[in-house]
Amino acid sequence: MTTNTRRNVLKGGAALTGTLALGFPAIVHAQTEKIKIGHLTPLTGFLGALGTYAQLGIRMAEDEINKAGGVMGRQIEIISEDSVNPATGATKAQRMLDQDGVAFLMGEINSAVALTIMQVAERNKRFFMQIGARSDALRGKNCNRYTFHVDIPSTVMVNAVGLALVRDNMMKGKKFYTLTADYLFGHDLAGAARNFFKGNGGELIGDELVATDVTDFSPYLLKIRQAKPDIVCSNLAGNQVTNLIKQYAEFGLPYPIVGFNLNTADAWAAGEGNLSGTWPTVWYHTLDLPASKTFVDGFIKRNGKPPENHAWIEYISLKMVAQAINETKSTDTDKLIAYFESGAQFDILKARKAYFRKFDHQLIQEAYPFTVRKKGEAKDKWDFLALGAAVPNADQPLEVLNPTEQQNPCTFKS
Amino acid sequence: MFLLEQVVNGLVLGGYYLLIALGLSLIFSVGGVVNLAHGAFYAFGAYVAVELTNHLGFGPAIVASPIAVGMLGILFERFILRRFYTADPILSLLVTFGLALMAEQLLRIIWGAAPLSQTMPQSLKGAVFVGDFLFSRYRLMLLAVVASVLLGIWLLLHKTSFGRVVRAGIQRPDMVAALGIKLQPYMTVIVVLGVAMAAMAGALFAPITIVHPAMGAEIITVAFVVVVIGGLGSFWGVVLAALLVGVVRGITIHFAPAAGEASIYVLMFLVLLFRPRGLLGERIEKFE
Repeated sequence: MTTNTRRNVLKGGAALTGTLALGFPAIVHAQTEKIKIGHLTPLTGFLGALGTYAQLGIRMAEDEINKAGGVMGRQIEIISEDSVNPATGATKAQRMLDQDGVAFLMGEINSAVALTIMQVAERNKRFFMQIGARSDALRGKNCNRYTFHVDIPSTVMVNAVGLALVRDNMMKGKKFYTLTADYLFGHDLAGAARNFFKGNGGELIGDELVATDVTDFSPYLLKIRQAKPDIVCSNLAGNQVTNLIKQYAEFGLPYPIVGFNLNTADAWAAGEGNLSGTWPTVWYHTLDLPASKTFVDGFIKRNGKPPENHAWIEYISLKMVAQAINETKSTDTDKLIAYFESGAQFDILKARKAYFRKFDHQLIQEAYPFTVRKKGEAKDKWDFLALGAAVPNADQPLEVLNPTEQQNPCTFKS
Repeated sequence: MFLLEQVVNGLVLGGYYLLIALGLSLIFSVGGVVNLAHGAFYAFGAYVAVELTNHLGFGPAIVASPIAVGMLGILFERFILRRFYTADPILSLLVTFGLALMAEQLLRIIWGAAPLSQTMPQSLKGAVFVGDFLFSRYRLMLLAVVASVLLGIWLLLHKTSFGRVVRAGIQRPDMVAALGIKLQPYMTVIVVLGVAMAAMAGALFAPITIVHPAMGAEIITVAFVVVVIGGLGSFWGVVLAALLVGVVRGITIHFAPAAGEASIYVLMFLVLLFRPRGLLGERIEKFE
């Protein structure tokens, strides 16, 4: 029977309707399936070791959030890739928005790459949580309305260490010799350092630019010795810091060394006995607070080693984003911006809660100077840093280390 | 005076470049293969040394690591390089480049992406003053090791029958074959020596530089520049080039620190402009 009787047509129509009825929930399901978030961080190059910790941190937060039922009843999916360099990072960010269907962007450690991703965010009018890059310029003259910054900026790191140096009589009238990473972040940090020296009576007698791929520092060390400074100061980043610390100890120069930027993975890689001096950090795994300890224990259980500060910051960043989505019931960029601008408080596993400033979108939080334990006092190979008291003091406003609205040249275009 | 100190320091640094570049040059000269995986052996040398230091201590690790990685060189030559001596050079380039990438990932899988720390014995730390010159005690020790390795390789190449065959093989492999001498066993030894030297450089440099998966990729470019500047087939060319690169970099950093890393490429450019075969490069028929 191949003739199309009326009855057959009706049957076919019913079958078709049935299929549609069955198929429809599946389509609805697909739409609510997952909230995709684009994540970029350097996994190779001189910041690659830090980016690897960053991924471990955000993955841990992703798992915890999803196990607890997700946000708005939907699971989160982090699409994470190596950002490689400024051009590739921006291309990947654009592709994630266009093709992978991510709701918004997160991540980054490299200031130069963060800058290009910020431009992608602005062009596409999408939210970007810039987590780990520290250059002042990103939240200063290059700031935009779509980007929020989690890590402490250069000025805060300089202030945190600088005030500790002032306290220890290692600033006024002292001759400083600095080594500066030759890219956006290093220049920025050197600028903040110069301002601090000028304002507090330190004298800068030399500054050397160091390319990011330098592995041998011996010519620089010889120049430092010839200049005979009182204090050597590092404005370097990533692997550079480790190489400098190791070779400084190798040559055994007598001048105390301090630095305005250090990530704990770089210090760990230098090994015990090589590091000395005062350095800043945004967080450290020995921080004596219950919430922080719970996170550290969970991380060690998952990964077999303690979290580095980039693991911590990625973890709390995704938790902040989850809080914002739950509160606003939306992944919409404008709603997220409004929420983060509202002064909402976030538990970031520190003594004091943190919040974003409305005018420059900077997370305001505590920082810590640290020094190095005496030989033999460390419990394990990750324990040789002695965390100082949080700055600012508990009786001071949290913002006091940050540039003020008058000092920070940030204005949003739209 | 200060400049002289930089020159001397550059010579010391050149010694370290030399350890890596000499093997690269030998493998290229004899086998005609550009071994882009050479940096991987340098990295393996460093990682194995760190690992062995935990079990055997620093001194034995420095000796054992190049030997262990050198054994790896036998497999590398026997199963991979050997297929490409007479093939189109682009093939060996691709294969060794692929191997370098694989090796980097392998290091990441075994030891993790976070850098390892390696500390030198306390007795080797600190500075030595010769007149008013400042030297790192460790680097002086390193220089002594490099000098003795260099002497050993030179004696091997110029004072033994083994060396005569190798040198003849560089110039006229067809003639060597016609005399009934098989070059392949010689090639195995050359590769093992080259690989072991790279591993030794990694092991020796682990205490003063960062030990991380991409360290091989970082060093291969400089090593290659040294080989190109020195010229193929010339033992002393590579030595001269390594020292020159170290010195030029030191002097540049003295005057214009930001240009330090670029200076060695400018040097290569100038050398190639005036001496396309490198400083002491010989005319090798099979490469013309």
